[in-house]
Amino acid sequence: MAKTKQPLPAWADIILIPLINLFIAFAVSSIIIYLIGENPFEAFKVMIEGAFGTSEGIGYTLYYATNFIFTGLAVAIAFHAMLFNIGGEGQAYIGGLGVAVALLALDGILPFWALFPIAIIAGMLFGAAWAAIPAYLQAYRGSHIVITTIMFNFIAANLMVYLLVNIFIVPGSMTPESRVFTENAQLPFMHEMLGWIGIQISESPLNLSFIVALVVSILFWIYVWHTRWGYATRAVGFSESAAEYAGIDPKKIIMVTMLISGGLAGLAGLNEVMGVQHKLMLDFVAGYGFTGIAVALMGRNHPVGIILSSILFGALFQGGAELAFEMPAISKEMVFVIQGLIILFSGALAYMSKPWLERFFSLFVGDNSSEMEVA
Amino acid sequence: MKDASSPTPPMAIDLRGISKSFGTVQANKDIYFSVPQGTIHGIVGENGAGKSTLMSILYGFYEADSGEIYIDGKLTRIRNSTDAIAAGIGMVHQHFMLVENFTVLENIILGAESGAMLSRSIADATTEAERLEEEFGLHVDLHARIDEIPVGQQQRVETIKALYRGARILILDEPTGVLTPQEADQLFDILRSLRDKGVTVIIITHKLREIMDLTDNVSVMRQGQIVANVKTSETSKEELAELMVGRKIRMDLDKTAADPKETLIEIKHLGLIDEQQIKRLEDITFEVHSGEIVGIAGVSGNGQSELLEILSGMRPCSKGEAHINGLTITPSQHSNPGEVRHASIAHVPEDRLKRGLIPRFSAGESAILGYHNNPEYNGAILSKAEAIKKHCLHLMDAFDVRPNHPALKSANFSGGNQQKLILAREMDPDPKVLLVGQPTRGVDIGAIEFIHKQIIAMRDRGSAVLLVSGELDELISLADRIVVMFDGRIVGEVNAAEADERTLGLMMANAHQEDEYKEATHG
Repeated sequence: MAKTKQPLPAWADIILIPLINLFIAFAVSSIIIYLIGENPFEAFKVMIEGAFGTSEGIGYTLYYATNFIFTGLAVAIAFHAMLFNIGGEGQAYIGGLGVAVALLALDGILPFWALFPIAIIAGMLFGAAWAAIPAYLQAYRGSHIVITTIMFNFIAANLMVYLLVNIFIVPGSMTPESRVFTENAQLPFMHEMLGWIGIQISESPLNLSFIVALVVSILFWIYVWHTRWGYATRAVGFSESAAEYAGIDPKKIIMVTMLISGGLAGLAGLNEVMGVQHKLMLDFVAGYGFTGIAVALMGRNHPVGIILSSILFGALFQGGAELAFEMPAISKEMVFVIQGLIILFSGALAYMSKPWLERFFSLFVGDNSSEMEVA
Repeated sequence: MKDASSPTPPMAIDLRGISKSFGTVQANKDIYFSVPQGTIHGIVGENGAGKSTLMSILYGFYEADSGEIYIDGKLTRIRNSTDAIAAGIGMVHQHFMLVENFTVLENIILGAESGAMLSRSIADATTEAERLEEEFGLHVDLHARIDEIPVGQQQRVETIKALYRGARILILDEPTGVLTPQEADQLFDILRSLRDKGVTVIIITHKLREIMDLTDNVSVMRQGQIVANVKTSETSKEELAELMVGRKIRMDLDKTAADPKETLIEIKHLGLIDEQQIKRLEDITFEVHSGEIVGIAGVSGNGQSELLEILSGMRPCSKGEAHINGLTITPSQHSNPGEVRHASIAHVPEDRLKRGLIPRFSAGESAILGYHNNPEYNGAILSKAEAIKKHCLHLMDAFDVRPNHPALKSANFSGGNQQKLILAREMDPDPKVLLVGQPTRGVDIGAIEFIHKQIIAMRDRGSAVLLVSGELDELISLADRIVVMFDGRIVGEVNAAEADERTLGLMMANAHQEDEYKEATHG
């Protein structure tokens, strides 16, 4: 029995706390930027303008966000079953492999409208397959999913090196990359699609998978909160013993949920492989899987929160790149530090400010929790 | 009578105008409350009446919004349990705060070690603990591990822990919930001897019999306020019950004799050996008929939970067989909770927060737990939110669950209302067999009366009811037959009409073995 304070109103929990965390992260970043001799306000201006100031900047921001939505949803769905899937990185990587295998095999045969769904399914299947083994080991053998998914990230990285160097490499080439897919196996870029309806924007890697990400977010919301399967998933996540009582098999839920999680992470491969690179190459995942953990934490495992935090992290990636370019004193590594601080404060330390805020609320705001304690 | 000129000793506890609210709910409202030194003071009240909040304020878990606390006549500020301990207040919690794989002695010194090296602490503590044991009759083997001693003794360890920290005021929260009547009597002897040595004891309970047996004074709380402070000798069970609830309460149920018909539960030589190869159930054989309530008495942990789990399909058995309403369970033929529900068998689990509902689900979601795959709540893909809400409102209406808000989180209902929601959910489909564990644990008197009536009505409609309960009063008044379990076996069966607490208590403790145990420990 701990000392309990008045619970926070929902809006403070969902909106105020993330904003406070962001503010703290920016404040600490400012100190660091100041210490290396740059003006922090200038620096943030460059970042914000870089991320949102031009249509090219926005395009890049949303392109990064697409990856984060997929990996963030992957972490979130697992979290609803109280599973911590750290393996988004590997699952996205192998998902990309699936997309590439399907497209390399079929791009000479099938038109775009057939390849598109096939690529989606292939990416999800491969990602799911990569999550299946850790899921099985957790459900039926009790091996901790955090450990196994981390190990599977390494296995995925090495497997991809092997496959690219030995199998997918174009004969005679020195770079470990596959051949480029034919044009009917490339997702249209956003600037192309908007061009068809007469809207001109600058070129950026933003492509059709962003729309896929939004659609998947809606499906995620429906699945988790409006179907009996989502009910069962949340039941296991909240209380395994009550789920057992209700006749829900937690082992099955662990399997199904992790397969969905791996499938969602695998879709990040769709964005990168079919949407941007148009070929299979090394390291296209570039940490998106790990960032997905912070995105899900900050987005409170809800698709709306995940989309918003994905855009924030997209802006950090894009604005950070601009910053490294515009201010030579702030190296690329410095930008990583700032990104790291934001992940630290809004992810790992997400609830640091909660007790203070609770005290503040019970002191000054009075009661807004009339429904919270019904005796 | 003492000489009038000698000053009267200050009150051990004197609370003046204590108020505490959570949101709009006033948990404690302007409470004036005092306890003379060296007395036993009882606090009774329904769940949610504010007893626990008041004691939590005294022990520093919460700070009061307003009001003053005087301990032994001195104004004291208690901000946390360290302050409370320093002021000489000790608390024995309802759920023990013991480290199970530590010895009794290690638990006693935990957090009160006298230096960096343990050996000195242990030497000091041994002498002191032995003195306390001797002085108050709190006999426990100091070197036994907590998980090896019975609950009654674990509770003594909690008491010694408090006294070891210098407590002169001891608060006990529902101390007899886990004890047999005999263990409870032993506890009361200890509390009386503590009182005689000048310790002030406050006991929170909802068992009025204990209040009448033990206390000197009693305070009744209702809706956050103290509605009466009376001398125990000047009141009665009936009066206290009425004060608690605010209306007249019928202490006994009017129940017609059972009219048993066909056999719905038939258990033959059922046995269970668990994963650790420990025998949990052995040779269980009995029957329950339609139109009959069979109670299972026993101190918790003697196999009743396992029996319910096997019958409800939650775990397989390892020997024997059970037939319930056409469903057969044997070691090779497992069942599962879904199949069991489908066979018109409902199960109200013993632990409502761990199994019965999901505290973080809305009441509406908890109201379909176990029935969530039923076609009436599901379309092809989407679940039918409106149908679920309507069903929840129907249950809330039928069982008077308050407040009737399906969207409110299950955790935010009081224990009694949570329990009523679970009972409503399980009894609404009108099952042929009802397996029910601890239907009124932690539930207030008003709700108990209601729940009992519903269970009897279910019986009269022709269902077979198997009732596991730790409350002997409840078993005696509700059941038609009572089966007593000890150590995984059935040690006796009595007709409820002829049963009394004393004999049941002796059977539950398997008195014969208890005597041997005493001889072994005390020479």
